[in-house]
Amino acid sequence: MIAQFFVLSQRGDNIVFRDYRGEVSKGSAEIFFRKVKFWKEDEEEEAPPVFNVDGVNYIHVKIAGLFFVTTTRVNVSPSLVLELLQRIARVTKDYLGVLNEDSLRKNFVLVYELLDEVIDFGYPQTTSTEVLKSYVFNEPIVIDSTRVPPLGPASMFMQGTKKMPGTAVTKSVIVTEPGGRKREEIFVDIIEKISVTFSSSGYILTSEIDGTIQMKSYLTGSPEIRLALNEDLSIGRNSSSVYDYRSSAGGAVILDDCNFHESVRLDSFDVDRTLSLIPPDGEFAAMNYRMTQEFKPPFRVSALIEEAGQLKAEAIIKIRADFAASVTANTIIVQMPVPTYTARVSFELESGAVGQTADFKEGAKRLEWCLKKIVGGSEHTLCAKLTFSQESHGNIAREAGPINMNFTIPMYNASKLQVRYLHIAKKSPSYNPYRWVRYVTQSNSYVARL
Amino acid sequence: MAPPPAPPQKSPSPSQPSGKSEVSDLKLQLRQLAGSRAPGADDSKRDLFKRVISYMTVGIDVSAAFSEMVMCSATSDIVLKKMCYLYVGNYARCHPDLALLTINFLQKDCHDEDPMIRGLALRSLCSLRVPNLVEYLVAPLGAGLKDGSSYVRMVAAVGVLKLYHISAATCLDSDFPAVLKSLMLTDPDAQVVANCLFVLQEIWNLEANKSEEASRERETLLSKKIVYYILNRIKEFNEWAQCLVLELVAKYIPSDTDDIFDIMNLLEDRLQHANGAVVLATIKVFLHLTMSMTDVHQQVYERIKAPLLTLVGSGSSEQSYAVLSHLHLLVMRAPMLFSSDYKHFYCQFSDPSYVKKLKLEMLTAIANESNTYEIVTELCEYAGNVDVPIARESIRAVGKIALQQYDVNAIVDRLLQFLEMEKDYVTAETLVLVKDLLRKYPQWSHDCIAVVGNISSKNVQEPKAKAALIWMLGEYSQDMPDAPYILESLIENWDEENAAEVRLHLLTAAMKCFFKRPPETQKALGAALAAGLADSHQDVHDRALFYYRLLQYDVSVAERVVNPPKQAVSVFADTQSSEIKDRIFDEFNSLSVVYQKPSYMFTDKEHREPFEFSEEIGNLSLGQEPVGNSPRYDESDKDLLLSTSEREENGGPSTNGPAASGYSAPTDYNSSLVSLSSQTQSETAISDPGMPKYTSQMTLAIDDLLGLSVSAAPAPPSLKLNPKAALDPGTFQRKWGQLAVSISQDCSVSPQGIAALTTPQALIRHMQASSIQCIASGGQSPNFKFFFFAQKLDGPPLFFLVECIVNTSSAKAQVKIKADDATASEAFFGLFQSALSKFGVL
Repeated sequence: MIAQFFVLSQRGDNIVFRDYRGEVSKGSAEIFFRKVKFWKEDEEEEAPPVFNVDGVNYIHVKIAGLFFVTTTRVNVSPSLVLELLQRIARVTKDYLGVLNEDSLRKNFVLVYELLDEVIDFGYPQTTSTEVLKSYVFNEPIVIDSTRVPPLGPASMFMQGTKKMPGTAVTKSVIVTEPGGRKREEIFVDIIEKISVTFSSSGYILTSEIDGTIQMKSYLTGSPEIRLALNEDLSIGRNSSSVYDYRSSAGGAVILDDCNFHESVRLDSFDVDRTLSLIPPDGEFAAMNYRMTQEFKPPFRVSALIEEAGQLKAEAIIKIRADFAASVTANTIIVQMPVPTYTARVSFELESGAVGQTADFKEGAKRLEWCLKKIVGGSEHTLCAKLTFSQESHGNIAREAGPINMNFTIPMYNASKLQVRYLHIAKKSPSYNPYRWVRYVTQSNSYVARL
Repeated sequence: MAPPPAPPQKSPSPSQPSGKSEVSDLKLQLRQLAGSRAPGADDSKRDLFKRVISYMTVGIDVSAAFSEMVMCSATSDIVLKKMCYLYVGNYARCHPDLALLTINFLQKDCHDEDPMIRGLALRSLCSLRVPNLVEYLVAPLGAGLKDGSSYVRMVAAVGVLKLYHISAATCLDSDFPAVLKSLMLTDPDAQVVANCLFVLQEIWNLEANKSEEASRERETLLSKKIVYYILNRIKEFNEWAQCLVLELVAKYIPSDTDDIFDIMNLLEDRLQHANGAVVLATIKVFLHLTMSMTDVHQQVYERIKAPLLTLVGSGSSEQSYAVLSHLHLLVMRAPMLFSSDYKHFYCQFSDPSYVKKLKLEMLTAIANESNTYEIVTELCEYAGNVDVPIARESIRAVGKIALQQYDVNAIVDRLLQFLEMEKDYVTAETLVLVKDLLRKYPQWSHDCIAVVGNISSKNVQEPKAKAALIWMLGEYSQDMPDAPYILESLIENWDEENAAEVRLHLLTAAMKCFFKRPPETQKALGAALAAGLADSHQDVHDRALFYYRLLQYDVSVAERVVNPPKQAVSVFADTQSSEIKDRIFDEFNSLSVVYQKPSYMFTDKEHREPFEFSEEIGNLSLGQEPVGNSPRYDESDKDLLLSTSEREENGGPSTNGPAASGYSAPTDYNSSLVSLSSQTQSETAISDPGMPKYTSQMTLAIDDLLGLSVSAAPAPPSLKLNPKAALDPGTFQRKWGQLAVSISQDCSVSPQGIAALTTPQALIRHMQASSIQCIASGGQSPNFKFFFFAQKLDGPPLFFLVECIVNTSSAKAQVKIKADDATASEAFFGLFQSALSKFGVL
């Protein structure tokens, strides 16, 4: 079972270190850090999450710039350990409000309290934020979250909508707010990561949505909640053998598959697509789903690169936002690798462009175009003039690209999966907790080939 | 049994405070506060304790403050107490004398009113890891197991395991395992039950080798009663406990098919769990239960696809990697079943390279007639990728697909297009592939050579690629007008060529070229031989000398040796034997899958899982009924899920029957030698009147002679078998389940033997004469499967268990031996093999 657990900073310092079984030497953190740092010197490859050095298995996840690591000599289930590490990070975040090096350093004694109960002699005991409450006696020292750079999917909401209380997602589950009263509220976030690959002719080669219904509950007294999804939601696609008329009509949402948090009961799911659960404290994914049904991609990307005389070429990138004008995408980054012998690039941004920058990353040999926001329905173009240090041979389109795009679109979801209603069992007639249902779409791999 | 004391004070790294003065400062302050009852004293103590713990965390040795910390520990402040426990647990081991100081207050806390304090104190008490303090543990542990609070019982259960690791004897003498067992079956709290189960499992696993009783206890944990008891409560356990419980269920041997379906139906909804570890543990149960039911097994594959793919998409990249590794394993086992899912394994921009590599391998395996075009098109996109290592892997993947397909037409064109991209690494990778392709499909030489001929050797720097190019220059020198001249210029630069591999190829290519175009090459060959003879590298020197002497002896003989007409290679050897693949599959949901290695290759002996279950046991239980022509053996899981590459391997001209599915070339070679030796029977070692005399020394000797078996094992001690050995099927089955395979080898059966093997009974009678009994058998020509056992004559009743699969069309027997005493299995294998080789002869 698990021999040690430790958290290392980006520089390799121990922030917490817990030895559960005394089977692995104390120097393991150093061995681990050196190995990860210099995984492959010549090729810039990342160390895999699981590796073995001299009979000791090192299993780690990277969260908020920190390494959460366990060591073991036993042939454990890697999934078990990786899930556990992720969960430890999440529970810690539930308690500290914000998870980063600073908050961990300030609260390491509290983290030790948690670790004491989460794992005993290498065996996982509990990761329930609620159960752990009775064992944690340190008050968290909450760090000022407004000065913290936003991390994780929840932070995307902070810029997008005005209504959202900025601190809500960074609130500790055990800290009472000034005034001594806890605000009764629950957050339900529908987060979708989309992957699309466009062929050089603009045709969609592959598309997939990986979605999560994430919840964070600050409700007291464990009320039951009911979360209703689209009535016509169907699950399980018989691969592609049977043609489904509904999917072509664009009405029904068809998920390939989904899974649920253990607190979710599906008694009436087959009848009315409703999940019922008593939400545990803290943040958790109530449901994960995957969809490969065709959907309308939020952006159309087209690009062109052509030779323009000796040692010169011109690249044009066009983006069209295919969503409603009421929706705005933010923090858009478009990257395009260019031939390695590119020496200089000059850019022409469209006239009147606001909040746009374009840059040639010389080391990585790629163009980077950043846009603060894109309003639905608008179109944007970047023109770049490339100067080469040597003559190109052959097809320069083969030596450039593919284009990759990163973005976040709050209050938009590509799958059309909706929360029809969120019902909370009432404890008293006056009981009316705040309910926040938020949608967001994020690019996972949004690629256009040249 | 305490681990060695930690190394003396570690020198702190320069960025951290030196520690010395800080520690003495802390000691002073702690001493001042120790007796203080002043208001605010606890707060100051908290601050001090925090500093101590933070020094401890960064690796500064603060053990010098031990007695001061203990003095301050008399407090009712629980935060302080916990920090103190943490500190004590960390340093007690290297300061056993000081640890004694803590016993008092820990014992007192074990009687506290507050169950949490009792639990915490008990946990710390058990975590001291000081052997001479174990006497103080027994009473509090005993009380803890009976405590009214489930928290304390939970802690106490794990405490028993901690005690076991400090002093196994104390733990067992106090009869704690029995207490845990009854607690496991009666406690209302699921976590207490789960902890008892883990602890018992770990203790019995470690004890099983030492005592008969322990191994019986270990089996009881897998009894129907306990497994069902736990399965019925599965939803009470939290997700982590579920994972470990399912791990146990995966080892359970079902009594019949109803049993199997009951368990599967009960666990079906676990496949929808958001925790990937629960899903994988459930899948392992499903796969293992259905091993002997081919149809259902295949259904399981279909069923688990969607949940696995969802898990790949939903977690962090680390989590998806773990899941994807398992998908990778399944895809490699049954590529056919995934052939329409290929799009899921396309690389995504955000995938880390360790994920991309797995995906490329999966795409390669899945490629078949229906999807090759799409897959190769996609891979070609990656070949131009900015990520060079992935671009290289992609090109290799295209090459591998070309080698496993019959219709390579389009792929060859793509490969040749790579050469036109004029990127050094692309050219390098492609050259290596083109070489391999030509060895398999010589008919393509014309097209390939035309393109390869245009490549300037100056643009090829990587040794592997250079060697490939040189090989082609030699092999196809008749079709490449420039070949002698390119070789000549390469030979001129002999001294600048660093890689011995390239120089070796250069020698051979010069020879081949010379045979085809003597006048043009003679000079270059002379220069090459001269340079080779002067080469400091031993192999290069030897090869040059060898060629030189060959040429001196007779040029036409030299040509026959160096450049004989070649047969196209039908299949390139698989890198991993099917034996190893099966082992990894048996260890589903473990690190073995991620490393793609069975556990014995990366874990120390004491951390290995003692029992390994495999598919045989499932077959065995079914095959027991009538010892007749049970058709079940014919359709083992392997045959149906056979990958395309393995099918080809069978169909290829070089291998034998359909049952030779997994033989890799080296084993084949080995076994034919063994047959040689067993025909030249030698009579030495054992003197047992009335029994033939066998030995395995001869086989060993011959293997050795040819350098095949590296381990020149000493002659095994003589071994006599009990002619009246008896073993009931149930015991056999259990033993088979517990023991690890100690020998697994192929050996051949004489033609006479094959002729005599019309029914399984013939061999069974024959082996009986050698005191080797059959317990179950089945199959039809050409495949027969037998389970044998034998017992050592004197000493304790030690058994040898054998699984033997005879394939009559290939005249081979696959033998797996498991033994109570693994050290004797080599000797037993000798006996067995010898007995088998005499079948039909005598």
